[in-house]
Amino acid sequence: MDWGQFFEMGGYGLYVWGSYIVTAVVMIGELLLLRNRKRTVERKDGQSSNMSS
Amino acid sequence: MNWLKYSAPQTFYPLAGKLVPVFAWPALILAIIGLYIGFFVAPTDATQGESYRIIFIHVPAAWMSMVIYMAMAFWAALGLTMNTRLSFMMAQALAPTGAMFTFVALWTGAFWGKPTWGTWWVWDARLTSELILLFLYVGYMSLTAAIEDTRRADRAGALLAIVGSINVPIIYFSVKWWNTLHQGASVSLTKGSSMAKTMLLAMLIMTVAFWAYAIAVSFVRLRCIVREREQQAAWLNEAKE
Repeated sequence: MDWGQFFEMGGYGLYVWGSYIVTAVVMIGELLLLRNRKRTVERKDGQSSNMSS
Repeated sequence: MNWLKYSAPQTFYPLAGKLVPVFAWPALILAIIGLYIGFFVAPTDATQGESYRIIFIHVPAAWMSMVIYMAMAFWAALGLTMNTRLSFMMAQALAPTGAMFTFVALWTGAFWGKPTWGTWWVWDARLTSELILLFLYVGYMSLTAAIEDTRRADRAGALLAIVGSINVPIIYFSVKWWNTLHQGASVSLTKGSSMAKTMLLAMLIMTVAFWAYAIAVSFVRLRCIVREREQQAAWLNEAKE
């Protein structure tokens, strides 16, 4: 298949990829923020008492 | 099996942990399948050309924005009436993901509106009520974060979530009740679907993927909230001594 044509999206490339890329960015961003939050919680637990699993 | 015992945060905590991969993996796999069908199997739309392919994230994200809000309001209401701590935590765990999907619905809507309507934004009923939904999520998160006493924060936030839930049916029926630029529902429970089968299939698979993503992410966040609150309680106890 022709990838150049695929990315062009029949002239709608900006709109289609502008939608998909931003969606991917905010979803991955949410996951990264959540990972940070989880790490912060775990670090604080390491300093004081522990909770299992 | 005694389901009620899972209403205690400490007992639900390990269960939520076990459920995270059960939803996270299907989310990833279904998203890949859905996008594959959406981009390589579904045909070009006769009137909108390739621009319609935004539908595979726009509609599922818009559905999720409303479903998550209703779930949040449900847990908030349950928290207020049954006084269960876990319900309030569930509501808080859902809010950021709901806000994220609301933003995605608005953003992809703008990027779809520009080539089809010639404008990024109009102040019509559907778009405006969806924007209000984003403000409700942000308002809920700000309010619960601003109040230091957790019990008060939970209750104030719950009240806001419940009152705001009136907005969800307004969003859903806005295309029927008012004259709007936004098209009516492509998929309806009573009339079935007006879309090509492969288009609909891709959209439904993406919807299930977003559901699974939302559940997995909310459970991870719920586990964080449970531990954060325990830490806060422990810290308060130490401060008292």
